[in-house]
Amino acid sequence: MNLFEHIGRYILMLKSVFARPDKGRVFWERFFNETVEIVINSIPLIAFLSFFMGGVITIQTASNMSSPLLPDYTIGYITRQSTILEFSPTIISLIIAGKVGSNIASEIGTMKVTEQIDALEIMGVNSIGYLMLPKILSTTLFFPFVIIISIVLSLIGGWFAGVTSGLYSTEIYLLGIRAFWEEDQNDLYYALGKTMVFGFLITSIASYYGYYTKGGALEVGRASTKAVVASSVAILLANYILTQLILI
Amino acid sequence: MIEVKNINKSFGDTQILFDVSAKFETGKVNLIIGGSGQGKSVLTKCIVGLHEVDTGHVVYDDRDFSEMERKDRKLIRQEIGMLFQGSALFDSLTVLENVMFPLKMFTKMSREEREERAHFCLNRVDIINKDNLLPAEASGGMQKRIAIARAIAMNPKYLFCDEPNSGLDPKTSIMIDNLIQEITYEYNMTTVVITHDMNSVLEIGDHIIFINKGRNWWQGNKESIMKTDNKEVVDFVYASKFMRNLREKFVNS
Repeated sequence: MNLFEHIGRYILMLKSVFARPDKGRVFWERFFNETVEIVINSIPLIAFLSFFMGGVITIQTASNMSSPLLPDYTIGYITRQSTILEFSPTIISLIIAGKVGSNIASEIGTMKVTEQIDALEIMGVNSIGYLMLPKILSTTLFFPFVIIISIVLSLIGGWFAGVTSGLYSTEIYLLGIRAFWEEDQNDLYYALGKTMVFGFLITSIASYYGYYTKGGALEVGRASTKAVVASSVAILLANYILTQLILI
Repeated sequence: MIEVKNINKSFGDTQILFDVSAKFETGKVNLIIGGSGQGKSVLTKCIVGLHEVDTGHVVYDDRDFSEMERKDRKLIRQEIGMLFQGSALFDSLTVLENVMFPLKMFTKMSREEREERAHFCLNRVDIINKDNLLPAEASGGMQKRIAIARAIAMNPKYLFCDEPNSGLDPKTSIMIDNLIQEITYEYNMTTVVITHDMNSVLEIGDHIIFINKGRNWWQGNKESIMKTDNKEVVDFVYASKFMRNLREKFVNS
């Protein structure tokens, strides 16, 4: 299949994803389960990564700022802007694409090759909607909250790294964090908005590769790899397009 | 009764089914037999709607399934139970949840009622006190029985079994065959079984269809298959020396 055929089939799949669920109560039950499985269970990894990412951004920014003309609070300001604009929404999304994307593709792919999806279809269940809608909706809606946690922890990580290594005081760092906030606060909405798009792309692309797996265990593994690669590429492309559209 | 009329099915340039017509009668165990790659599974998937037919019709008790909209097909599918070759139990659900699943999706039963019905079905297939077991923790034979319990949970009018004996020892195979037969008679279902197992053919074959080269090559029952002179059927069913001797003795007697 060429790229355009994949895109066409992906769009047709999305049409079935957003069909009315077979049973509302079952949908909500799955929605909450998926929220725990995909979103809540990702928080420890994201927290760990974000804290150290914030620390590294701060140290690298400080080590590259030797000009006496730049005020000390610039480090905090750059840490905040880098975290909000790119590091938390984009880098964390890429990491989540690896963790969640491969998990979803292999879960749905295994269901496909072991005929569990056929079993759903035979029963009269819209298998695409049943399996994918709760995942896509929970990630799209709740992923921004995870990114807020990531931003906060990244800034704390920056503060910790800077203060413990004697680069600046807490007051100077906080001054940097608060600097020009009134002009820049739309950046946060931009970050959260693009996070929703990334969440949608990660789960829908991974579900797509899982659902159309054919064969056995080897193909499930391949589908999982393809899902991670394709969703990472989609995130980077979407990031570029959204940045062009919103920030320029 | 399920009737298939003049079904043709191709994948790309390869035609798999050629003008297949057959009737699967109610209250009988209808077997589809044939060699690997002859079109048995494709025929079954066409009947249940997992594959669309190119031409021809599938009729469930005077309702033309192949002409129906998706929402009407959904209603018929709720009358179908299917036992898959690999059982196809949902990995993440327990035994009880697997059996309750169709009831949860398509009925307004309370949890207590669903549990009662699921326990009834599980008892019917001799699965007792295994509610919280996960499918991976059950043996092959047990998985098949749980899958049968799930298939009959909605009290289906039509039961499809795709190679129900594959991977099972002879004793368990016969037990599964007998269970399918008993359930068919008990609930007056239209049962269609795809099988390679010649024990099944001779044990439960009320009506047998032999698919060869994508065509309905021969049909009959477990008595007539012993006497047939159809070369392809004889070559397939009596491939082993033991089976040939058995047939010879039967014909001579």
